[in-house]
Amino acid sequence: MFSYYLKLALKSVRRTPILSALMVMALGLGIGAFMTTFTVYYLMSGDPIPHKSDQLYAVQLDNWDPNSPPTQSAKDIQPQLTYVDAEYLMHAATPASNQAAMYRTGAIVEPEGDDQAPFDGNTRATYHSFFAMFDVPFLYGKPWDMQADDRRERVVVLSRAMNQELFGGENSVGRSVKMNETAFRVIGVMDDWRPTPRFYHVDSGGVFSDAEDFYIPLKAATDLVLQPRGNVNCWLPPDGPGLEAFLRSECVWLQFWAELSDEHEASEYKQFLDNYVRSQKDIGRFPRPLATFISPVMDWLDIQEVVSRDNRVLVRVAFLFLLVCVLNTVGLLLAKFLGKGPEIALRRAMGASKNDVFSQNLVEVCAIGILGGVLGIGLAWLGLQLIEKLYRGYQHLVYLDGGMLLTALALAVTSSILAGVYPVWRVARLTPAGFLKTQ
Amino acid sequence: MLKMKDICKVYRTELIETHALRNLNLTVEEGEFVAVTGPSGSGKTTFLNIAGLLEQPSSGVYELDGEDVGSLSDRDAAHIRNQKVGFIFQSFNLIPDLNLFDNVDVPLRYRGWPARQRKEAIENMLEMVGLAARKTYLPSQLSGGQQQRVAIARALAGKPRFLLADEPTGNLDSLMARQVMEMLETVNGMGTTIIMVTHDAELARRAHRNIQVLDGQVSDLDSIYQARVDRIASGARGEAGHV
Repeated sequence: MFSYYLKLALKSVRRTPILSALMVMALGLGIGAFMTTFTVYYLMSGDPIPHKSDQLYAVQLDNWDPNSPPTQSAKDIQPQLTYVDAEYLMHAATPASNQAAMYRTGAIVEPEGDDQAPFDGNTRATYHSFFAMFDVPFLYGKPWDMQADDRRERVVVLSRAMNQELFGGENSVGRSVKMNETAFRVIGVMDDWRPTPRFYHVDSGGVFSDAEDFYIPLKAATDLVLQPRGNVNCWLPPDGPGLEAFLRSECVWLQFWAELSDEHEASEYKQFLDNYVRSQKDIGRFPRPLATFISPVMDWLDIQEVVSRDNRVLVRVAFLFLLVCVLNTVGLLLAKFLGKGPEIALRRAMGASKNDVFSQNLVEVCAIGILGGVLGIGLAWLGLQLIEKLYRGYQHLVYLDGGMLLTALALAVTSSILAGVYPVWRVARLTPAGFLKTQ
Repeated sequence: MLKMKDICKVYRTELIETHALRNLNLTVEEGEFVAVTGPSGSGKTTFLNIAGLLEQPSSGVYELDGEDVGSLSDRDAAHIRNQKVGFIFQSFNLIPDLNLFDNVDVPLRYRGWPARQRKEAIENMLEMVGLAARKTYLPSQLSGGQQQRVAIARALAGKPRFLLADEPTGNLDSLMARQVMEMLETVNGMGTTIIMVTHDAELARRAHRNIQVLDGQVSDLDSIYQARVDRIASGARGEAGHV
């Protein structure tokens, strides 16, 4: 009977084209608005590294101004560390299986070919452990090792896209890339890697932009005086000019992550941090009450408000708009189905039970829902294109993947069923006798 | 075949109670062609709706083929309607955007017949009513008489044993009405029991039996007439004997 009901549904839609179009548009608008905002929200709030997000911890130490308000939570303190603290932790025997300090910087890259102009290369300076800790996939070669960090080697890992741009995509391991007039040897090429959001560095405004194209040892970067391009916050100015003074200052500018395999390890690591801060207090640093925090990835994204309050509000508003559209559809469906009274009465006389009538009209409601869903997907796509044009840095949040397409259709059908249940139920309960005489 | 005993139907609103049928008693035998007449508002259509299981009586006993069908569930009533009852209406009640084939198909869909069996039944019925060549036409492309013939084909496609016709010629001119009546007589001749509500006295006379509904009660005109004839005849014999 389903194919029969579907055939009747399509005929019914054609019979009342304006009313049907209004219903499809109402649902489509609601679905489109909701899916646009929800897609952005969903991609913003997704787990960027689901298989180990509960083992990766952002590290915070409260080394700030003693006169600033007291620390209540991880939200109240700086999200980055000083170079002094990061360096200590990197070389200390901590309970963490992996740790990496890092910062975002940039260097002028001079490609080998004469036809390619120099450009500003988006660079991350870090330690070898970055790649293992974040499970970065490699296309060619491998990350540098601890010795390369210690020896401040001039080695570079390229993103796949940059390897394509510089070397046409071929295996470039062993080749040279000139960065700030210094030759860096390519040691590895990453495969596609785009954690969204870019959880390991959320404070620079580019949390949804691409990962960097060049990865070099942090010490090599500081040797070349590659300036940080993220936030640099200082409650005390450096005690002198130049790099050395900056590196020993209380300025925070390095992101710091630790891989801790279980709660016990996390607890021991936290204890280690507390002991470290206490020891630093003894030499006059960390003037505020002891406060250290380690936060797993999803908590970290929440603490840093990667999904802003505005986004959440927008999703709620869009959902309310969808509800309004559904309520409008209820009225339109009621008008449409009550207009079908004579036909329904006839079908009842011919042997259709109330359930048959209910099922037939529910199929029609679902058909309208699917049409509304298709329209809604189209509108959501347009909405996302608009967001892409209006807001830079949202490029990776403006696509509807398979899951979101299915969600949109499921939402459309669910909305239409919600809108249709009452009209369909009502029409199934019509007394046929009255319509048969007067038709 | 059809037996109604003390059937009452009361429509209630918050303000008023309307007694549409009052202790209606009627028996219709298999193969009969019964005409039901009566003034407007007398309860004819209510009687027909109850007979066709479109409404349930407020009280009384209704047996169809020996089965008490007065208080069936919606599903069971729909099943019996589909299996045993065919309907013909004054205004044809064809579905305007279905072609003739699909209109006749409506009751068969609920019967669950396979496509092949349905096709055969539909084409046979359209052949019988002389519209096989127009099976892809829409109802709006036919005259009133032709539409009523399609309605008859639809009512008979599932081979019901019981045909309920509510003023089937009410919207037709006299020529068309005669044709439809002849068709009903043919159908009845093939064994289908027919109950026809009509205002047309001439058509009513062509039925086997003629009953009148007045104020929700049935008067069997033929029985009354026969009783009167018998009374007159017996009176005449008495007078002759006396003489």
